[in-house]
Amino acid sequence: MSVFAKHAIRVVLVVLLGGILGATLIRFAPGFGVDEAELDTRLNRESIEAMRHARTNDGVVSFYVSYFGRLFRGDLGMSQTLQRPVAELLRERLPETMKAVGLGLAFGWVLGFSMAVAVVTWRVWYFDLAAGILAGVVLCLPAAVMALAFLLLQAPARLVIGLVIFPKVFRYSRNLLARSAAAPHIITARAKGAGEARVLFWHVLPATAPQLLALAAVSVSVAFTAAIPMEALCDLPGIGQLAWKAALGRDIALLIDITMIVALITVLANSVSDFAGHAFQRTDA
Amino acid sequence: MKHRLTRMLVLLAMMGAAVVHAQSGGELRFCLYSEPKTFNPLLTADDPSETIRYLTGGVLMRLNRMTQQLEPELATSWKVSKDGRTITFKLRDGLRFSDGTPFSANDVAFTIEQLMDPALHSPTGDMFRSGEGRVQVRVLSPNRVSATFPAPIAGMDKLFDAVAIMSSKSPQKEMAVLGPFYVAENKAGAYIRLQRNPNYWKRDSGGHQLPYITSIRLDIQQNRDIEMLRLTRGEIDFVNAISPEYYDKLVSQNASMVHDAGVGLDSEFMWFNQVSNAPIEGYKKQWFTSTNFRRAISEAINRADMARIAFRGHAQPGIGPLSPANKFWFNAKLQPHPFDQKSALQRLSQDGFQLRDGVLRDRSGHRVEFSVITNSGNKYRERMATMIQQDLAGIGIKLNVVTLDFPSLIERMTRTFNYEACLLGFVNDDLDPNAQMNVWLSSAKNHQWNPSEKTPATAWEAEIDRLMRAQASTLDVKKRKQYYDKVQEIVWQQEPFIYLINKDSLSAVSPTLHNAHPVVLRPQVYWNIDQLSLNTEVAKNR
Amino acid sequence: MRYVRGAAIAFLLVTTVACLFANVIAPEGYAHQFRELPNAAPSRQHLLGTDDLGRDRFSRVLYGTRVSLVLAPAAALLASLLAALIGGTAGFLGGWFERCAMAATDLFLSLPWLFLLITVRALLPLNVSPFISVVITFALLGCLGWAAGARVLCADARAIAQSDFILLARATGISRVRLLWRHLIPNLKPVLEAQFWIAIPVFILTEANLGLLGLGVAEPMPSWGSLLRELENFSNLPAQPWLFVPLIMLVLVVSSFDLVLSKEELLI
Repeated sequence: MSVFAKHAIRVVLVVLLGGILGATLIRFAPGFGVDEAELDTRLNRESIEAMRHARTNDGVVSFYVSYFGRLFRGDLGMSQTLQRPVAELLRERLPETMKAVGLGLAFGWVLGFSMAVAVVTWRVWYFDLAAGILAGVVLCLPAAVMALAFLLLQAPARLVIGLVIFPKVFRYSRNLLARSAAAPHIITARAKGAGEARVLFWHVLPATAPQLLALAAVSVSVAFTAAIPMEALCDLPGIGQLAWKAALGRDIALLIDITMIVALITVLANSVSDFAGHAFQRTDA
Repeated sequence: MKHRLTRMLVLLAMMGAAVVHAQSGGELRFCLYSEPKTFNPLLTADDPSETIRYLTGGVLMRLNRMTQQLEPELATSWKVSKDGRTITFKLRDGLRFSDGTPFSANDVAFTIEQLMDPALHSPTGDMFRSGEGRVQVRVLSPNRVSATFPAPIAGMDKLFDAVAIMSSKSPQKEMAVLGPFYVAENKAGAYIRLQRNPNYWKRDSGGHQLPYITSIRLDIQQNRDIEMLRLTRGEIDFVNAISPEYYDKLVSQNASMVHDAGVGLDSEFMWFNQVSNAPIEGYKKQWFTSTNFRRAISEAINRADMARIAFRGHAQPGIGPLSPANKFWFNAKLQPHPFDQKSALQRLSQDGFQLRDGVLRDRSGHRVEFSVITNSGNKYRERMATMIQQDLAGIGIKLNVVTLDFPSLIERMTRTFNYEACLLGFVNDDLDPNAQMNVWLSSAKNHQWNPSEKTPATAWEAEIDRLMRAQASTLDVKKRKQYYDKVQEIVWQQEPFIYLINKDSLSAVSPTLHNAHPVVLRPQVYWNIDQLSLNTEVAKNR
Repeated sequence: MRYVRGAAIAFLLVTTVACLFANVIAPEGYAHQFRELPNAAPSRQHLLGTDDLGRDRFSRVLYGTRVSLVLAPAAALLASLLAALIGGTAGFLGGWFERCAMAATDLFLSLPWLFLLITVRALLPLNVSPFISVVITFALLGCLGWAAGARVLCADARAIAQSDFILLARATGISRVRLLWRHLIPNLKPVLEAQFWIAIPVFILTEANLGLLGLGVAEPMPSWGSLLRELENFSNLPAQPWLFVPLIMLVLVVSSFDLVLSKEELLI
């Protein structure tokens, strides 16, 4: 079986397992099957009983069977909190999140990676200290505060995702590049007069490429995780906001589908980085 | 007298405004805190859905939120029979739904039949369910219809304020409406746009068709901080309910923007779990079922401090199930329980509790320690719980504050009963005590401290059952008031709910929005939506 | 640079001592409400003013430091060790073990762990002490926060495993365990330091956000996370700049950890 086929099988298995385990976590969490509407004092006994009966839960196994049976027929289920088909909701909201995540990743990487490169290239301790403190400040700021600050300045709130990613990218990149730049052959190359640009692009970066690619893949997952509270805070109509509402409403159909989407994107990103990383290492060898 | 004069002046101003703002136009903008769950007016249970219903639904009679009097709308007149079971409406002629479908008595009949369908489980419909049996609806003529209910319904006419009439014929089903606006656009998760109903029947005193505003944009905005930011920037036109902090901030910036309509109808309270088979220690159940214990806790809590600190002075100490804002039904003889820790300790000593070395113990030597659960993310409740923690520490009680996400909280309250005390609030939309039937009846599921009792667990609960049924079955308003006053007295004495606070009704309105007169009843700001108008410049730009 | 590192060590020591002796240094208890002085400005009696319930903010910062300064680094250390163990071993061993470990890591990154946290809260007794509750929260965060770092560590370990000195060491017959412990793990230090440095504030902020779900520190116990949430009262910030003190403390502590732990490669 080809490598790609094996990877594809692995992706499908991880996504399905993600769905099953996610469903299990949600299914057994407290508050599953209750509805805030039960507290409506206008409702009489019969109506409350009917409401509870409608949310009566199947056994775990029969739930999996019926859910995945529907999934293979292309039916992603109905959202209990929003009373709409999940497929429709995801179709509407996914582009918004992809835009936010894409913009956030680009912003975070450009800022973080360029700062790390600058620190390693200039090799001045006070610049390293200042960059570290800046990254530290951004890392320590609550996302809610950053989001409000952006809104106050009328800047796109999506960039907050970039600020969540930037310190992580900076710190990992800085340490990886610094370690690589301290290798004996790099020191020798510098001593022999090789320019900083040549040292960086020909020696430092290729040596750290597999790790940086792994970091890039992980940052995709981090960006999606950051998108959830950010969209909920800023009321951006993406799947992050949907996930937050679904979590609070224990909307299992919606949550499983979002979990599988996140799992798919995570696995794909990591698979691409693995392939690319392996390719770099073969080239190196 | 003063109130009547104020109302008259407001009404005159509104009539004057009617002439001045006849050509206002423009788009009104405000926020919903989440997406509406349904556009079916008979199934509305959440706030956003009720907003849509209010703005789009045509009703037979409308409760004027300012005067609190019922006014004719689609029905020009109505009559309730002497036995309180039948109501007959005379309808306006020549009206049409928003899609052009003619309106007639058949639509009213259709709506009532749908509403009362037991399979629908409509919250509004449940308010009409006074007894077993089906409702009989008769179309007497194209503009006369009657509905006969199986049992008398006290205050029946006011309930029709929440019944939006649906078309029996329109292919658009619930989207064809008789109200001032109809749903024109629904961008999921972002906003809903309502457009002026071209067939809306109402006109102002100058003969101009209402509403003045051309469209309404309802942005889905959960974050209150962002909502306030947008208000100050002029991106939205009002906030129906603002927090005390923002009220104080806006007062310093632009006092004309904020409105304090006085004490509101909502209340915050806590209660002890009195369910007999609750999974809590037996000795704690004994504490919680003791009236002396509950009264002592109530007296140990400083409500005045709570109103002053947690709500920045924009609240009043709670007294009972109704707030003083409910002028007719509130029992004015009752006062808030005083803050008196000495008296609290005396009450506790009657039950064998002893305070030693700053620790209160029961007669068996158990330290008095319990937890109170409340919903996380509500900073006012969290503040209240923390203040109660300090107050009870003053009488040697250790209180553990546990905040839970709402579904977990509801599960404990309604399914597992695995909690000791709970701090929550009550949103009171309706003035009539019938709206609280499902709280006070001991057999009801929302009888929070001990739901679904097969027989009343205590004599006072049996008495409340009797009084609530009595007030629901008589049409004599004076008698109903007597019965309900007695219910309030019993609740005050027994404290199954320890009422803590009634919040003030605070709202903020942009100076560019005219004719807004915020009141206590929901919807506080846009209750007279067809009379609101925007200033010319804003109307032009939107 | 040496002096800066010395200052960082001194700062960490002073902060640690101050928070350990909070009950001596703090002018008031962290829970006492001065109800006549809510939202008061700094004064001699209240060095950082009071919060919205009239509690002395300086005392709360001190006691909050005790919770966060001990528990967040402990949780970060746990997460880093788990990341090193799983990611490092996977990258070193390679083959099917690496594939399985990384598939498990990807799965771990995708699951909604929020529900596990909510379930754990539900299983705890309602009257559990706030300190136990926050210890359990941080322990869970430590157990759940390893996956992102493990991925990067795996790639790093894979690269190191193929380097010349490892091949040489293998050729001399060193056991795998010794190779892993004496040669691989020390070379993973830069990535582990990054993982640790990032995890501390992330866990502190996560603990604060988990408060929205009823997890984390319970009233009246303070933590840096709960103190940082005061910054969300955006409109108050210009008039109350002292609200930034917990943020400044956190930044200084995190930066100090970074200075103490990082190597001086850049001086070469």
